[in-house]
Amino acid sequence: MRYVVAKDSREAVALLNTGEGARLLSGGTDVLVQMKLSGVAPDMLIDIKRIDGFNTISAEDSGFRIGATVSGAKMGAHPALKTLWPGVVEAVELIGSTQVQGRATMAGNLCNGSPAADSVPAMIAAEAVARIEGPDGTRDVPIAALLKGPGKTHLAKAELISSIFLPARAARAGDAYLRFIPRTEMDIAVASAGVSLEVDENSVVTKAVVALGAVAPTVVSVPEAAAALIGTKLDAAALEACAKACTAACNPIDDKRGTAEFRTKVAGVMATRAAKIAYARAGGQQ
Amino acid sequence: MKQEFKVLGTRPIRPDGLDKVTGKAMFGADKSVTGMLHARILRSPHAHAEIVSIDTSKAEALAGVKAVITGDDFADVENRWSRYTMQNCMAQGRALYDGHAVAAVAAVSKTIAAEALKLIEVEYKVLSHVMDVDEAMAPGAPVLHEGVKARKLGDDVSGNTVGYYSFGHGDPEKGFAAADEVIERTFKTAAVHQGYIEPHACLADLGSDGKGELWCSTQGHYMVREVCAEILHIDASQLRVTASEIGGGFGGKTTVFIEPVALKLSQKAGKPVKLVMSREDVFRASGPTMSASMDVKIGMSKDGKITGAHAKLRYQGGAFPYQMVMMGAMSAFAAYDLEHVQAEGWDVMTNRPKMISYRAPGAPMAVYAVESVMDELCQKLELDPIDTRLLNAAKEGTKSSYGPTFKAIGLVEALEAAKAHPHYSAPLAPNTGRGVSCGFWFNFGGQVSVSMAINADGTVNLIEGNPDIGGSRASISMMAAEALGIEFDRVRTIVGDTASVGFSDVTDGSRVTFAVGIATINAAKAAIKEMCQRAAKIWEIDAEAVEWVDGAAQPTGHNAGNFPPMSLAEIAATSGKTGGPIAGHHEGAPDKAGVSFGVHLVDVEVDPETGFTAIKRYTAFQDVGKAIHPAYVEGQIQGGAVQGIGWALNEEYIYGEDGRLQNAGFLDYRIPVASDLPMIEPVIIEVPNPGHPFGVRGCGETAIVPPLAAVANGVAQAIGVRMFALPMSPPKILKAL
Repeated sequence: MRYVVAKDSREAVALLNTGEGARLLSGGTDVLVQMKLSGVAPDMLIDIKRIDGFNTISAEDSGFRIGATVSGAKMGAHPALKTLWPGVVEAVELIGSTQVQGRATMAGNLCNGSPAADSVPAMIAAEAVARIEGPDGTRDVPIAALLKGPGKTHLAKAELISSIFLPARAARAGDAYLRFIPRTEMDIAVASAGVSLEVDENSVVTKAVVALGAVAPTVVSVPEAAAALIGTKLDAAALEACAKACTAACNPIDDKRGTAEFRTKVAGVMATRAAKIAYARAGGQQ
Repeated sequence: MKQEFKVLGTRPIRPDGLDKVTGKAMFGADKSVTGMLHARILRSPHAHAEIVSIDTSKAEALAGVKAVITGDDFADVENRWSRYTMQNCMAQGRALYDGHAVAAVAAVSKTIAAEALKLIEVEYKVLSHVMDVDEAMAPGAPVLHEGVKARKLGDDVSGNTVGYYSFGHGDPEKGFAAADEVIERTFKTAAVHQGYIEPHACLADLGSDGKGELWCSTQGHYMVREVCAEILHIDASQLRVTASEIGGGFGGKTTVFIEPVALKLSQKAGKPVKLVMSREDVFRASGPTMSASMDVKIGMSKDGKITGAHAKLRYQGGAFPYQMVMMGAMSAFAAYDLEHVQAEGWDVMTNRPKMISYRAPGAPMAVYAVESVMDELCQKLELDPIDTRLLNAAKEGTKSSYGPTFKAIGLVEALEAAKAHPHYSAPLAPNTGRGVSCGFWFNFGGQVSVSMAINADGTVNLIEGNPDIGGSRASISMMAAEALGIEFDRVRTIVGDTASVGFSDVTDGSRVTFAVGIATINAAKAAIKEMCQRAAKIWEIDAEAVEWVDGAAQPTGHNAGNFPPMSLAEIAATSGKTGGPIAGHHEGAPDKAGVSFGVHLVDVEVDPETGFTAIKRYTAFQDVGKAIHPAYVEGQIQGGAVQGIGWALNEEYIYGEDGRLQNAGFLDYRIPVASDLPMIEPVIIEVPNPGHPFGVRGCGETAIVPPLAAVANGVAQAIGVRMFALPMSPPKILKAL
């Protein structure tokens, strides 16, 4: 096996393009575990941590651009980012243990393609955009458009994500992420929800995005659940309609982590609870 | 009369602590020697399959591979229990569960060993399998081994039913007829793993001359020696086994899984072989405890007196015959003084890994079922759960439900302490319930050897033969210091290898502080006798005229002679001139272990929208006889409670329809993490065991018995619905709501 430190994204893309057996190494919290436990044996590991700009959080158009190799711990230690998108940061910080937080990245969490990935519902709710470098140049793609299925994304051959852009937002806005796990930490979401809201001066919701994790082959955005919140002050009827829409959008599996029935019920609970937190963060008052 | 102690009951710094926190301590996988090989084991992907053929030629041809073995490399063993152990370590003819070892490789590197496993070609003929205890017990189930069905059992049960036991007295039917309320319920509990942090690991070196060295992580290196010597057909004297520091065992390291394989590979390759299980191997192929299906019926009068009780316990213990349901049947009703009681148990085989002990083996599930019915009766009759238990509590003189009459025991004291504790009267928050349960364990004595040397500088070395899994080196040093009348830090206790001290039974049954303690006290007595003789020699008086008081020899009175006391250090300093080294030793099999009762109180909060259960407050009361080192005792009580909470809430072996284990790792086999738990408050009760000079009972196991029912009873109160199966994971609770 070859281990290569890429100098820039062009070199990383070129190396990715040389063969099928190459894998990118950022934090390594997925690929190294796969190599150790699942017998995955790449011909080449391309380390992208040294690429200029990949490990930085930079302000851009009143939003933030998060480099592909920025760790969860680094995001958690960025006060301005936490103020702007607290839900996204709390989602990233739920991944793994304290030690894993020092390595794990949001871009890696996305590329791993898990429907239970903690950061992805929060990123979709935040309408985040991935910047992709590939043999044909650079393109920007909304996160939701990249999801394909368990373990799969719509990244083309030899493409990589160089950064994720979290956009600017209105003054009265808030987001939140919640997941259900049978314990209190060190676990994988059985059902999860990311919600982002904007309210007007009368605390009425003017805009909403609701995304659910671990209840379908990919993380799913649920426009009907968002629509149920818009124009309301999160009264009981709105929350019930939101939960119903979430339930209708669920297409989960029965597995060792939870039954389909359980996931379907709990997804709505997570969404309404996250909506309430996002609403409070937006300054909404019922 | 309460004894006064100088050393016992204090909390000295643990002697193994520094090595463990600095990484210096040597655990099973930490030992390496020059030229050693690395071994890997190939495991069956099928729950039940005939091994038609195994072709190892390609693996043997791989450069760097030094030995490959299969079940054919092991000769038959006469003792059937040892044969089962051997066939569990390496399948012969049939693979009996997912993860059953079918071949092993030793190679110059781990990578080559792993590569070689892929080159071994095994042809399987898949057979039908059975995983559930009730299905395995039903006539017509696939039978794991022919000809081992328990005698006296009829055609109503299958050949997988390898044991039947019944305990009790009186006539339960009479008792039910006299009851105001009778409740009968059926319960199920899942198989759970001991969950020790350290996977099994060993380093084996067995020469062609039959001389062997074995280093391994075990609860009993004499057991390892005897079983391995039998399987390898060598003399016990020729195999020296050294127990490493141990990263937890909880009963799971009271047998062998890999040691015979490493020894056989070493013998074949002519080199030392290191074999370390992965966590996946640990889950798939080392012993979990039994899963259970149980019927419990209890009758009660309006005022709370139990009039009759009956339990039927069906346990499955995996792919080989075993004997453990007996412990469940004996424990089930042990807490109560009953006129009419019967507990029956059936041991059943299934296509799961061979069970091995787990902390109070067999008791937690039986007591869960009994204490759940007790709770339901208290609810129905509107009785206080602690008062009702006090009304029925076993005490000194009670004829126990399993036969013997209890000597002094501490159940009433534990119940009264629970009733008086602020926890019991604290207000409850919404969606919260408070559960109570009693628990019981026998404790054990067993064979023991101790060798004590008095050094010329006045210090003491002590060698014992039981791996220290719960602080025994500290407690044994403390008991030696107390018996000799010297300071704790003058004594160093080590766990000797099998060639350095006499035979000792496995560290299990909460026996070590009790049994090694008695041997230590007796070894100290022998050394004291010798020291008194030396003093008599120096003083030129009769040895009978010398007594040992506060760590020194002194004349028994003025008539005996007028000499100032001579301390242990003074006698030791001149020992070279008064007759040579001074030592004491003791070998024995003390059998007066004292049973131990516990009472647990827990507050649980259940999220009505998700079924998530949070443990909000937990207090555990336990009679330990005498707490030698209270900090270790508290740790044992807390640890048992935590393992029981895991059993109650989330831990379970999950199998697919294909009989394959789906959660062979700590991500999906969910033991509680620290943030899941409040501080468990231990309350030590001391009712001395009359069978031990210091009153020791043993304390390691009782604490895992009450939590299952305590948590279940708390959940029942919190949600108003009773769950009849463990674990009470969130999907199951939400479905019940």
